[in-house]
Amino acid sequence: MSNTHHAAAALPAEPERATLEGRNKILGFWLFLGAECVLFGTLFATFVALRNQVPEGPTASELFNLSTVALSTFILLTSSLTSVMATMAMHRHKVKPMLGWLVITVLLGLAFLGLEIYEFNEYVMEGHTFTSSAFATSFYTLVGFHGSHVAFGVLWITTLILQTLKKGLTVVTAPKFYVAGLYWHFIDVVWVFIFTVVYLMGKVG
Amino acid sequence: MAHAHKVKQYRGVMDWLTTVDHKKIGILYLAAAAFFFLVGGLEAVLIRVQLMYPEQNIFVGEAFNQLVTMHGTTMIFFAAMPAIFGFMNVAVPLQIGARDVAYPYVNALSFWLFLAGGVLMNTSWFLGGAPDAGWTAYAPLSTTAYSGFGMDFYVLGLQIAGIGTLIGAINFLVTIINMRAPGMTFMRMPLFTWTAFITSVLLLFAFPAFTVALVELMFDRIFSGNFFEASKGGNVVLWQHLFWIFGHPEVYVLILPAFGIISEVVSVFSRKRLFGYSSMVFATILIGFLSFMVWVHHMFTTGMGPVANSIFAVGTMAIAVPTGIKIFNWLFTLWGGSITFNTASLWGISFIPAFVVGGMTGVMLAAPPADFQYQDSYFVVAHFHYVIVGGVVLGLFSGVYYWWPKMFGRLLNETLGKLHFWTFFIGFNLTFFPQHFLGLMGMPRRVFTYLPGQGLEEGNFISTIGAGLMGIGMLFFLINIIITSVKPRTATNDPWDARTLEWAISSPAPEYNFKQTPLIRGLDAFWKEKTAGNKEMTPAEPLGPIHMPSSSIMPVVMSIGFFISGFGFMYKVYWVAILGLVGALLVMLWRSLYDDHGRHIEVEELQDEGVKA
Repeated sequence: MSNTHHAAAALPAEPERATLEGRNKILGFWLFLGAECVLFGTLFATFVALRNQVPEGPTASELFNLSTVALSTFILLTSSLTSVMATMAMHRHKVKPMLGWLVITVLLGLAFLGLEIYEFNEYVMEGHTFTSSAFATSFYTLVGFHGSHVAFGVLWITTLILQTLKKGLTVVTAPKFYVAGLYWHFIDVVWVFIFTVVYLMGKVG
Repeated sequence: MAHAHKVKQYRGVMDWLTTVDHKKIGILYLAAAAFFFLVGGLEAVLIRVQLMYPEQNIFVGEAFNQLVTMHGTTMIFFAAMPAIFGFMNVAVPLQIGARDVAYPYVNALSFWLFLAGGVLMNTSWFLGGAPDAGWTAYAPLSTTAYSGFGMDFYVLGLQIAGIGTLIGAINFLVTIINMRAPGMTFMRMPLFTWTAFITSVLLLFAFPAFTVALVELMFDRIFSGNFFEASKGGNVVLWQHLFWIFGHPEVYVLILPAFGIISEVVSVFSRKRLFGYSSMVFATILIGFLSFMVWVHHMFTTGMGPVANSIFAVGTMAIAVPTGIKIFNWLFTLWGGSITFNTASLWGISFIPAFVVGGMTGVMLAAPPADFQYQDSYFVVAHFHYVIVGGVVLGLFSGVYYWWPKMFGRLLNETLGKLHFWTFFIGFNLTFFPQHFLGLMGMPRRVFTYLPGQGLEEGNFISTIGAGLMGIGMLFFLINIIITSVKPRTATNDPWDARTLEWAISSPAPEYNFKQTPLIRGLDAFWKEKTAGNKEMTPAEPLGPIHMPSSSIMPVVMSIGFFISGFGFMYKVYWVAILGLVGALLVMLWRSLYDDHGRHIEVEELQDEGVKA
């Protein structure tokens, strides 16, 4: 890949949309996010239907500790900001700042996952396990689906960072960063709904 | 470095395993669909054998439940849907003047995931019994309390096949939005492409709901979750909602492309432009939209009260309006046309009365008070077989005879084709018409026998004879395929004097589809050029090298990963389950790290092939 430097110099203003493959990738990813909206919508519907079904075990208002969740929310929302900074750096063809912002995004994602694991661990100790009630099953499924999306995003962006160290920013790699950014915002938006529907509504009834 | 890549070209079996050519993937889809259609058909014949006479003891209880479940699931998910994807692969890129689909690699992955799911589900016959809770898998019947190990095969088989379906839908949406030839506006697209587009939209928004439903059932069955466990606060009606929010759009996923095929065939064989093209497009979109608003009509007797039932009843009856628009447009297309009655058009034209019968019983079922009487009786079985066999299957067979020359370069035998049509069509009516009356007389569906002396003997006997006739019809079809495949490739580019772009290129189509991207100057693009005295399409670009994607074995490897993972979950050997998923993820990583440069077909090669053709 000796001509990486040369390719970067000739990069167009919006490198992610420079080729038909890139435009296809972005459109297809938006459509995929549409499908993901239905996926999470269905999980939310299930959760809303079952959230007060607690024949035994702790209820939502007994369980949730809003300060931990608020910290998680702050971390994840900040990571959305850093991922925007990365996309903006990409549009200016600044590879090093872009990778820097992405590294911060990944670290924030890992912090979020760490908090979530800590939180789940606490709940299990208090008797709120996957099999304890319908509320618990739907809670772990919804929040766990989101958590596994974050974990996949962390792995994905990490591999993108590593391959860009080798390949540089080209019209082939740029669409990958762009759609990974879209993905990261999407799981952030889902978290905003989880924070509202699961935690805030769980606290106030 | 962008060119002169040596790309390995595979031959024989490896060619089919590694292909990313949408035309070959279409053929793979259709071959797999035919195989599963025969399996599902065999199951249907066995059901009818058991019901031929009252109080028989051939397939009793659990065996009968397994046959009913596997017949329904196989026919819907592993016969009809892949056949539709097959035709979308064969026809859509050609009809819009595209060189390829948007994601050739993902296209191959869709097929192999579907096949992995179908094979996984059917291995249940040899591994302790097939799924037995009906194709609708209502909880709690489908939970571990009431059904056997077979339901795990249902859950994981459909989940794996479902991933393939979802990415397939995205692929066709992007292809149709981004890859149309110059001048091919949305309102110039052939109607089959339009229906493929709307069907893909329905799949995109309906399938994730089913994915979640399957995940919930899987978590309940394998990890002792409580979604449908009433003693822990679960709710069994939840399954019905999730299943039908997916399930109702799903039936339109099946019928819309059949509508599209009929629109092509009726128009070509009456030698007239499709009557009311814009209203056909509008009706297709409206049916797609309304299909998400009517799921509760499958649940009228669940007990949601008169208000919910009335709203969904009105919504359901409203679908009759756009469907009626379509029926009348086909009739007006035929009206005054010079109609050719060959096999393709017989299948196509017979679709219209058969589907109208199914549509009328549909409106009857949409009235909730009446539905309380029809619920779970053979009247319902008769209704949905008239729309699915009389609609989807007749439409698909029409497509088989219509596009066969474009796929293989050979025309199917007309005499055998007509024998196939008449035996199948008469058999279909003999099978399902009496079932309306059996249902009205009170015969419940999914029950393995009935008593003598209740007036049910004649209807059931005739029904079984009809099923046998449909089976004989399929034998004619198989003989036809074998006889045709040994004959030379004599089909011309345009054997039907047709109207759309796929007939402007050679039969079978070359791997790059169009040597030069065509310029589209109106609806029925090829017909327009022919009436202007041109033999082929006007090119929109000079002749140049054509970029092709590389073949890859990775889609197969990834599907095998999911397949192994499915078995790991079912047998609760979690390291195997994780191993399979990690394998699939590694394939994704491989795909991300190593760019596919593809290869170029140079101008000289294109000119050589031009001489040969």
